[in-house]
Amino acid sequence: MSDNDPMAEIRASFFVECEELLEGLQDGLSAMDSGADDSETINICFRAVHSIKGGAGAFGLDQLVRFAHRYETVMDEIRGGNLSPDREAMLLFFRAADILSDIVMASRNGNDLPADDVEETLKALEALVDVEEDIEEDSVPDFQPMGLALDMDLGGAEDDGQSSFTVEFKPERELFASGNEPLHLLRSLSELGEASITCDIDEVPLLDNLDPTNAYLWWTIDLATDASEDDITETFDFVEGLCTLTVKSLMPVPELPSPDSFLADLIDHVEPETTNDAQSSEAPETVKTTDEPTKPAKVNVAPKATVRVDLERIDRLVNLVGELVINQAMLSQSVAEAGIANNTQVTTGLEEFMQLTRDIQDSVMMIRAQPVKSLLQRMSRIVREASAAIGKHVDFVTEGENTEVDKTVIERLADPLTHMIRNAVDHGLESGEDRIAAGKPREGRVTLSAAHKSGRVVIEVSDDGGGINRPKVQQIAVDKGLIPAGQELSDAEIDGLLFLPGFSTAKEVSDLSGRGVGMDVVRSAIQALGGRISIVSEPSLGTTFSISLPLTLAVLDGMVVKVAAETLVVPLGVIVETVSLQEGDVRTVSPGNHVIHIRDTFVPIVDLGSELGYREAYEDFDGCVVLLIAGEDGSRTAVVVDAIEEQRQVVIKGLQEGYGRIPGIAAATILGDGKIALILDPVDLISNASGRKANSNSSFKLAG
Amino acid sequence: MSLNVLAVDDSRTIRDMLSLALKQAGFTPTVAEDGVDGLEVLEGMQPDVIITDINMPRLDGFGFIQAVRGQTGHTATPILVLTTESAPELKARARAAGATGWIVKPFDPEKLVRALNMVTGSGAN
Repeated sequence: MSDNDPMAEIRASFFVECEELLEGLQDGLSAMDSGADDSETINICFRAVHSIKGGAGAFGLDQLVRFAHRYETVMDEIRGGNLSPDREAMLLFFRAADILSDIVMASRNGNDLPADDVEETLKALEALVDVEEDIEEDSVPDFQPMGLALDMDLGGAEDDGQSSFTVEFKPERELFASGNEPLHLLRSLSELGEASITCDIDEVPLLDNLDPTNAYLWWTIDLATDASEDDITETFDFVEGLCTLTVKSLMPVPELPSPDSFLADLIDHVEPETTNDAQSSEAPETVKTTDEPTKPAKVNVAPKATVRVDLERIDRLVNLVGELVINQAMLSQSVAEAGIANNTQVTTGLEEFMQLTRDIQDSVMMIRAQPVKSLLQRMSRIVREASAAIGKHVDFVTEGENTEVDKTVIERLADPLTHMIRNAVDHGLESGEDRIAAGKPREGRVTLSAAHKSGRVVIEVSDDGGGINRPKVQQIAVDKGLIPAGQELSDAEIDGLLFLPGFSTAKEVSDLSGRGVGMDVVRSAIQALGGRISIVSEPSLGTTFSISLPLTLAVLDGMVVKVAAETLVVPLGVIVETVSLQEGDVRTVSPGNHVIHIRDTFVPIVDLGSELGYREAYEDFDGCVVLLIAGEDGSRTAVVVDAIEEQRQVVIKGLQEGYGRIPGIAAATILGDGKIALILDPVDLISNASGRKANSNSSFKLAG
Repeated sequence: MSLNVLAVDDSRTIRDMLSLALKQAGFTPTVAEDGVDGLEVLEGMQPDVIITDINMPRLDGFGFIQAVRGQTGHTATPILVLTTESAPELKARARAAGATGWIVKPFDPEKLVRALNMVTGSGAN
């Protein structure tokens, strides 16, 4: 840390703080928007902008300072009760917060935003209140570091350029209440040059009449200095109004007779009198600090210590831990192969090692996880911009903002979510007139929620719009030649058409959604994260897009299975149950189409070996093992494997970069024996399998 | 001369910058996040001088100064207000609460140190 430039570190930490402050500002504005008018909420918003301004000033970020200052000035009017913002005004405040955030981003990269964009919003904002024209002019000098008069010119008496002043300084009693000390002021003054100080004690009353808190003494200082009159006045800046001060300029005097020793005597002389006179017994306290050794100041300072770490470093750590897990698995395997018995020191040691590895892994994952709040807040901006662009009124609701998700996932979710949110506002919600005609409130509602569900993160974007117009969707797909005409499709299949490349339902390409990015791109982005996306839509009630993601991108609890001599890993999260098949469990519905009877229901069978093309489909399942897999919609499927090997944590190694997306395969891993095994995406596999079930013979060729 | 300085500011950036400037000047900084925190920290120390922000959550700078001045041990401890505004009425309010002086943000470290030395009287040495 000491190697780095401390200011650069503080600058970096300033931008981190800005993000927190902007988040707080968003929260505060949202609270105000939903009716909170308590002073603390407004104060939080004000302080957020104010603190950004303060820090920005320190780093000379002029555009940021100016914007924050004018924003804050308008906000101050709310604070002062002179402005109660209506809905329109709130939208302006939100927009200003967005711009503030943009300027912060630009400043971080050393840029400015185009002034026109900024100015327009500021003008609109300032139109809400009567803001004097000169604000900007005023603000700038305020934030320039001011030169200070107290030049520590200890060089003292240089003959040339010196002038002489007579300063009369008469403190009033309030001066002492402010914590100022005449002695210190006189010392500062004497540092400007050579001073000859006379104390006037004529006004000191008899002891009986003496009020210890009153001021009776005053001083005349003859000063020979090369400092200016302004410098002298500035020395007394802090006590302006608390004393009578006159500064008279005399002709330049070449030399003063009594140098330092006289001054020291004088100060010794001044000290006791000031003390007695001014501040009762407290005064020596302030004076003696100059000579006393430092008092211990070890106080338990607010503990919330955090460390900023480069994401790259964490990624390196995650990778290393991944390697450690693999290594540990290999070691376990070698120990087992060496025929070392259980309960020996080696195996118990190894078990502890395993536990530690797992703990380390969890801890590392926790470093990467962060609440999705920032992501949700970014989306609220998208809603505002999208709804403003097409003139819809939208109420945006977020839920589960404290749900923690891997940071990489959060970053890579931003684009697909943006698109989905735009879609929800643009296509999902009806126009205001249509909503009223349908008996709904004019203001549409878009909800974005995040939650942990059975070992995965589920993020949902829902609207209370008209639902997917399925006949229209099918017609468009036919018109665009994506599907043949006249097909009987289920609702889910029609909804699935939305994900086909080249599909767009917008009648006219609107400003928002029709940017050449379709839901197919959204789906591949989600799949690249190991996630899935699904749609639930009810006519006239609305549509929900549901994204389901793995908690982490690095490790996975899996079941290692054997299928036709291949070793595969099935994520544990989707396995509900495992069953060994007995004779009679399996019923044949049609050739190549089987179900098993379990817990009073029939569950369709998918033969993994044939689905993946490892072998021909089984006709007889005796002795096989099935894994009951739960789909996201709650449906179950029995996946047939040859044997279950073990349950273990595996490190995910992506295949996408080398091989692109493989249906049914999520990733690969390295097993304890150093061999590579594929990690299945059973839900994806099953949904693909069901499409091919009708002609299972061709599936062999397809998959092979 | 190492001064014990209590610096109260709700902005981490400003706290960091104050700490840095004070340490570089050979002072011993102690920081607090707002007025309430400042008063708690103050219970365990006897600062030579206090620097405080005005706009802070829970207890603002004015309230903090008043509370400090109300304590017997700190009636004469110099308190400098750190503020982005240099409006006269703000100075007057700070002074009415008992502030000794003020420093305009963004502060110039040298100026800060000079002002601290001045109000504590330690600059003459």
